[in-house]
Amino acid sequence: MNKSKMYHNGFVFPVILIFSIFFIIPMVISFYFSLTVWNLDSVRFIGLDNFKTLLHSGPLITGFKNTFIYIIFGSGGVTVISFMIAVFLTSRIRTKNLLRSVVFFPNLVSSVAVGITFIALMHPSKGMINALIKALGGSSISFLGDPKIAIFSTIAVMLWKGFSIATVIYIAGITSIDPGYFEAAAIDGAHGWKKLRYITIPLTKDSINTVLMLSVIGSFRNFDLIWALTGGGPGYATDNVASSIYKQYTLGFYGLSTAGNVILLITTALLIFPLQRLLRGKGDE
Amino acid sequence: MNRKRMLIWIGDIIGCVVAFVVFIVPFLFMFINSLKDRKEANALNMKLPEVFHWENYWKVIKESDFLILRAFKNSLLLSFFAVIILVIICSMGGYYLQRRKDRLSKALNIYIMLGLMIPSAILPTIWVLQRLGIFKTLFSMVLVEVALTIPFTIMLYIGYMSGIPSELEESAYIDGCGPGKTFWLVIFPLLKSIHATSIILNAVSIFNDFTNPLYFLPGQKNVTVQQTIYNFMGRYQTSYNLLFADVILITLPMLILFLIFNKKIVEGIVAGAVKG
Repeated sequence: MNKSKMYHNGFVFPVILIFSIFFIIPMVISFYFSLTVWNLDSVRFIGLDNFKTLLHSGPLITGFKNTFIYIIFGSGGVTVISFMIAVFLTSRIRTKNLLRSVVFFPNLVSSVAVGITFIALMHPSKGMINALIKALGGSSISFLGDPKIAIFSTIAVMLWKGFSIATVIYIAGITSIDPGYFEAAAIDGAHGWKKLRYITIPLTKDSINTVLMLSVIGSFRNFDLIWALTGGGPGYATDNVASSIYKQYTLGFYGLSTAGNVILLITTALLIFPLQRLLRGKGDE
Repeated sequence: MNRKRMLIWIGDIIGCVVAFVVFIVPFLFMFINSLKDRKEANALNMKLPEVFHWENYWKVIKESDFLILRAFKNSLLLSFFAVIILVIICSMGGYYLQRRKDRLSKALNIYIMLGLMIPSAILPTIWVLQRLGIFKTLFSMVLVEVALTIPFTIMLYIGYMSGIPSELEESAYIDGCGPGKTFWLVIFPLLKSIHATSIILNAVSIFNDFTNPLYFLPGQKNVTVQQTIYNFMGRYQTSYNLLFADVILITLPMLILFLIFNKKIVEGIVAGAVKG
């Protein structure tokens, strides 16, 4: 059988065509547009001025700082906590099928809807979370209004929504482990933590990598939820790079916005590719 | 052994209580409050309404000349066409990329996986759409959503395809099937579970997408569901009952889809994402 005939190049052509026109070409052009002042009708080349402006602009620097806070606490939280949820949901409990569906639930709700709901639940005076805190004797917290707390409240909501896919990926990984390993370990007297440390974790490394990568990338791109929940505020307290790019765009600064996008692209690449190499490399051991 | 059974029982109970409080209560909260009158709902508590105001839903549907129905039509069309195109082209693409292990296919694989790692360049995409004369059309929105979802979908298909023996194609070839016939008649039907996974995951993410329509479909004509609800959010700040009725309305279609495909999701990911 002739491979190049059977698996004809035509099979991959539509994917490459659409992906190139609507993803790769814009990405390549963005490097040029980041060096200009432009709108949809005219272009003027100004060199590196946009980047100079951005590097001296407080909001963008805050956006960057916040993006890293989102990555450390948001992606880190999803990676670790989802794993624990998945271990729990692959144990011998009877309600696991029901609970798996329940954990997946938030994935069905759009970020805008989640935003509306949590604005109500986190309301500084009447919200149910504060009602609970007050009932326990605490004083109410302005979850989304206090610039110091707002970003962590936003991360909490991200986690709530983000567990779903991560948990499913982990469950998939854990259930595909050959049960023979666990039986052998049980004969050797390994239980609980030891089983987790020496079997489950090493054998789900691929899933852990997948979840970590997807959630780091998700943190870089996240816009919907931040926009619906806080609009980046109070002030710039919860802005990440993606939302500050949007703000530049609504103000009509297309060049600045594109330059922000290019910086985002470069940082993502600088973080993701080494991270992936590290994770892959460790997987080979 | 008895101690173990106790532990499982305790696990069940704790699991159910935590899941109920963390995941179910917010939904109940929305639903209960969507049936209250304005004053009751604005207290933001979980007390049952004194009178069930089902007419809140009708009010929301009627709002702005049935705007939400038009938005539904747009969002459903967008998700439907994007998902169909994705299933067709990504199953073909995944088949090619998984089976042909030569230099070209490996390079193309890396090329596509770039899309999984780096963020899209939004404004230049608008520029491209404008040059093509399709900016602000539902058609272009479909293509953009497809392009942005291709990498993830291809990843799913490649993972699943690696579990299907290539002897199938060889015997089809011996029986005189051409490349097209082999794929569409032999392979494509075998991909059912991964089709289901990719349909539900992509349909949910495209239907719920807020960011891309915000950039690529501005204006009232092609407004999508998420845009509508975001605008309602500004307008109804003081009428939580209507706001929640809206939220419930737009979440319903995805919930139904989920109940239909529920089992397939884990199944597909088991076969797909992890091995890939």
